[in-house]
Amino acid sequence: MAKILVVAEQYLGQLRSATLSAVSAARAAAEKTGGDYAILVLGSNVGEVADKLTGYGASKVLVADNPVLERYLAESYGKVVADVAKAEGAELVLMTSTTTGKDLLPRVAARLGAGMASDITEVLGAKAFKRPMFAGNVIASVEVTTPVVVASVRGTAYSPAEATGGASAKETVSADPGTPKTKFVSFDETKSDRPGLTEARIVVSGGRGTKGDFKPIEQLADALGAAMGASRAAVDAGWVPNDMQVGQTGKVVAPELYIAVGISGAIQHWAGMKDSKVIVAINKDGEAPIFQGADYGLIGDLFKVVPELVDEFKKAGVGA
Amino acid sequence: MKILVTAKRLMDPETKIKLKKDNSGVDLEGVKFVVNPFDENAIEEALRLKEKHGGEVVVVSIGKPEVVEQIRTGLAMGGDRGIHVNADGEIDSDAVARILAKLVEEEKPDLVLMGKQAVDDDSSQAGQLLAEYLGWGQACFASKVEVNGTTATVTREVDGGLETLELQLPALVTADLRLNEPRYASLPGIMKAKKKEVKEVTPASLGVDVAPKVKVTGVTVPPARSAGKKVESVQELVQMLKTEAKVL
Repeated sequence: MAKILVVAEQYLGQLRSATLSAVSAARAAAEKTGGDYAILVLGSNVGEVADKLTGYGASKVLVADNPVLERYLAESYGKVVADVAKAEGAELVLMTSTTTGKDLLPRVAARLGAGMASDITEVLGAKAFKRPMFAGNVIASVEVTTPVVVASVRGTAYSPAEATGGASAKETVSADPGTPKTKFVSFDETKSDRPGLTEARIVVSGGRGTKGDFKPIEQLADALGAAMGASRAAVDAGWVPNDMQVGQTGKVVAPELYIAVGISGAIQHWAGMKDSKVIVAINKDGEAPIFQGADYGLIGDLFKVVPELVDEFKKAGVGA
Repeated sequence: MKILVTAKRLMDPETKIKLKKDNSGVDLEGVKFVVNPFDENAIEEALRLKEKHGGEVVVVSIGKPEVVEQIRTGLAMGGDRGIHVNADGEIDSDAVARILAKLVEEEKPDLVLMGKQAVDDDSSQAGQLLAEYLGWGQACFASKVEVNGTTATVTREVDGGLETLELQLPALVTADLRLNEPRYASLPGIMKAKKKEVKEVTPASLGVDVAPKVKVTGVTVPPARSAGKKVESVQELVQMLKTEAKVL
């Protein structure tokens, strides 16, 4: 029977929906091992986040509310999560593999003397998991040998947990965040009316073929109410910000529809989108590797084809 | 300032993957090896900081004697000297972090720069583990690093935007791809690198037990997506998405 602790992610008192993938993974792990899971919410003024999370079948929702925790810092958050995990006797600590999850969990593992499995896609047992390596070209089975286990959860492998009704008890935990040596300076938020890349039902991505002109990609994304992504080549060229990058070294997405425009389809890009339900490729090079795995391929110049496609979608009355 | 950087040896990411016959791991026989691309960004940044502030860049790699090749690459780019931690077999992220922690105790660098992840196991753990073992601050996924005396101001690529942190030195920074464009080693650089000092140590000489906390017990190749249809027009594409794929 494994005691599981799920670390919730919030930003300035707003729940990050990615949290619900870790809850799904915790359910799967609890079922496999006959254990149960608690959810830990930490931050400043996080009462509402905690209330929301009482409806997800946790044995309890632990709340560490402290003004010092207003801004995420790996040092203070790492200490609090590890202290709570110890106090609760947690054997498995889970969090979704967002940039915060990736930044934080190894520090928690170090404090707990735990081995950590990154980006798990399947729970095989309390200490055994499947996880992708080599840009997703290899699926490894891994076994953690330490008494306590830490794992980050690949969001696309676990659909967000549904609320189950019922109310988990809330419990305030005292948390000493210590004195971090790092200071938060600023957060420059990417402003966008489009849905988030990892949550969107449709994603439209542009690559080298755009030659830096992302207007067609924007228009297509807007016509479909889709999120906008990019290949590493487009990010490397400085055409779009890095948080739009889909791939091994960027975000991993699995929408219902992924439209790759002017993207050749390098291994590292496939790693970020190959679990999409339907993949459409638009590229003027008929030999581009993107066509080898796309469900629908259209050979053509994106600057001609995409505006036509936008019109056609509008005519068909689909999208936003 | 003194900077410690890592140069992990790994299979060229463009290589087609082959598994070992017993599915215990990836077959690395006869493949080409390179420096982890993100470590190249880290090395480049270390060199730029040295060019600006003076100091020394020490290049570290862990593994069999072959990893000295990757150390030499870092030295050819401009690193001053190397440390080879001679170790055989699987070394997991936690062992890497504990080895590096020992080297930091000896070398006392002001900054440790590493890649944000190694593109073979894709774990993205060693830097953060190291920072915790040392009790240091960290800034992972860095796209900008500025050192001002005893602090460093680092911009990080995070979900939803860019975060800026002020780190007290010594500290740990991991490099994201937009941090810089790594330089190529020049021919004179390569010649000079051959004469630069590379010290050899072992996990045992550092007092580090490398028994893995995470073991790979088997590997498989996921089923490949097969090529679908080529459509001739945007009209046909929209029709297919509506009636066949039913995703609209």
